[in-house]
Amino acid sequence: MNVADYTRLGAAALSGKVRSGEIAPSEVVVAAFERARDIGGGPDALNIILHSDQDASVAETKDVQQHLDTAADVGILAGVPVAIKDNIASLGLPTTCASRILGGYVSPFEATAVTRLRANGAVIIAKTNMDEFAMGSSTENSAFGPTRNPHDVRCVPGGSSGGSAAAVAAGITPIALGSETGGSVRQPAAFCGVVGVKPTYGRVSRYGLVAFASSLDQIGVLGRTVDDAAIGLEVIAGFDKADSTSSDADVPIYRVSALGKPAPEARHPDTEAMRIGRSPVPLPPPPGPTTLKGIVIGKPKEYFPESLDPSIRSHCERALDRFRSMGAVIRDVSLPRSPLAIPVYYVLAPAEASSNLARFDGVRYGLRIDPGKGLKPMYDATRSQGFGAEVTRRILLGTYVLSAGYYDAYYKKAQAVRTLIADDFRAVFAEGVHAIFTPTTPTPAFPIGAISDPYEMYLNDIFTVTANLAGVPAISVPIGRVRRLPVGGQIIAAHFDEYTMFRVAYALEAALGEEAHQ
Amino acid sequence: MPVTRQDVLHIAELARLGIDDTRADALTTELSSILVHMEVLSQVDTAQVAPAAGVGAGGTPLRPDATVAPLMESTLESFAPAMRDGFFIVPRLATHEDSSESGA
Repeated sequence: MNVADYTRLGAAALSGKVRSGEIAPSEVVVAAFERARDIGGGPDALNIILHSDQDASVAETKDVQQHLDTAADVGILAGVPVAIKDNIASLGLPTTCASRILGGYVSPFEATAVTRLRANGAVIIAKTNMDEFAMGSSTENSAFGPTRNPHDVRCVPGGSSGGSAAAVAAGITPIALGSETGGSVRQPAAFCGVVGVKPTYGRVSRYGLVAFASSLDQIGVLGRTVDDAAIGLEVIAGFDKADSTSSDADVPIYRVSALGKPAPEARHPDTEAMRIGRSPVPLPPPPGPTTLKGIVIGKPKEYFPESLDPSIRSHCERALDRFRSMGAVIRDVSLPRSPLAIPVYYVLAPAEASSNLARFDGVRYGLRIDPGKGLKPMYDATRSQGFGAEVTRRILLGTYVLSAGYYDAYYKKAQAVRTLIADDFRAVFAEGVHAIFTPTTPTPAFPIGAISDPYEMYLNDIFTVTANLAGVPAISVPIGRVRRLPVGGQIIAAHFDEYTMFRVAYALEAALGEEAHQ
Repeated sequence: MPVTRQDVLHIAELARLGIDDTRADALTTELSSILVHMEVLSQVDTAQVAPAAGVGAGGTPLRPDATVAPLMESTLESFAPAMRDGFFIVPRLATHEDSSESGA
């Protein structure tokens, strides 16, 4: 398969060509690796991929080919190459979280989301670079060096799922998995000019996602188009016996590409061996992206401050105009506690991280550094040399806010304010607003090394972190360029209403067309 | 500053992180400059607000109390730093040089 053709095709088109027999799945995978090599060399190498094995990935396509040969159902993602963030466990390739402490670690089990991708015909071709343990907004915190932005190699791709966003933006895969705790899919999607979706908390199983902050973590999807992201989420969503926080809510058909096409349903295998529960029967696919009549879109004033980059504001206003022209009503709304979200997040997330990362102690897996002076010096040496600066900082911050004398003032207080932030979203949606529109980030991608102050880096998440705290779904869609760099617009919907979120996202993508990338 | 050098050394001990003197000074400044931004939370009236431990709907369900074999595709020995007879090997808890470990 011609590499140029490969990089132009979305997941639905690629899968369609494989299912029709036009292209062999092995050809698609080889094209993906050729594309990765094309952009992976030289002094400006993007450093997107941490682990890959072309022979193993090509061998994996034999199952897909066998299904094709026997006319069996090959799945909605038949032969589609997918990249996986390196904090999501996958059999066969290492899972290091871009950390020294997990250098070379190969998981003995697989994340449910990855198993579902494979069950639907996808081929895992790479594990992608990220901020260590997903702590960061630039992918500069990787123990294996920063990833560069495919649109400008001097700039960061965002983070923490920067490798996955860059893989999609660079045409290596049409779909990649990332993870979110405070915006780690949507922010890099915005910086790299791709689509990034964070589902409702509980929509996707966290089994096999290395825990950072368990009450916030969710696996998300990056795609070149809204359709790619919709297919990806449709496949990985649904109840999982192995994650008690996963929901058994209906999983609708999100993709418009399902309209009038003979695409199969996403599979939700229900075997004890896979420990995956069945989701209820899907709802009908959404209407085509031509009208938003009857849809009310909220414009929250707190997300359009005076300090917002004027070019980003202007792109957002253009998007809002397009919504109006498609029949949507734009309503000014307020989410008054949103300005408190960054302080709340940076109390709660480090607190949970300090507990979750206690498991990395040099005893059962990963790095062990033993000075030969007993157990405690082994713990101290392993963890201090295994974790990077930002992870160390957050573990200490979390330990501090949970320690005696500070628990009520910081941790319990932040939990209460989280309730207020979630109440703000509930109130807006209860008043008849179907979706909320905001910029995804306050600025476009910044140069590598430009931000050294930790709190200034945290402010990158200022427009995204509220959706994580409230648990609602949100998507970032390209809405234009500023100084040649992509910017994203964010659509937030009510709990488990990804259906409406995708409908609005499809409409915006169709209305902007090529302007989304200009 | 909200955080003192002594605080940093104390929480590093709790977190089992070896921190040298230079790093302790830097972390004191860094953590203080982050925590100063959290002070705004103290001004929010939350007297009547229940803290949110999470956002999952319907609480945490229980599964049958039945033994399920771990889904391991490889053996513990394939990734453990040190194992013998099915047990993880760790350094000894205490030494004669470090009596503080004797009560652990």
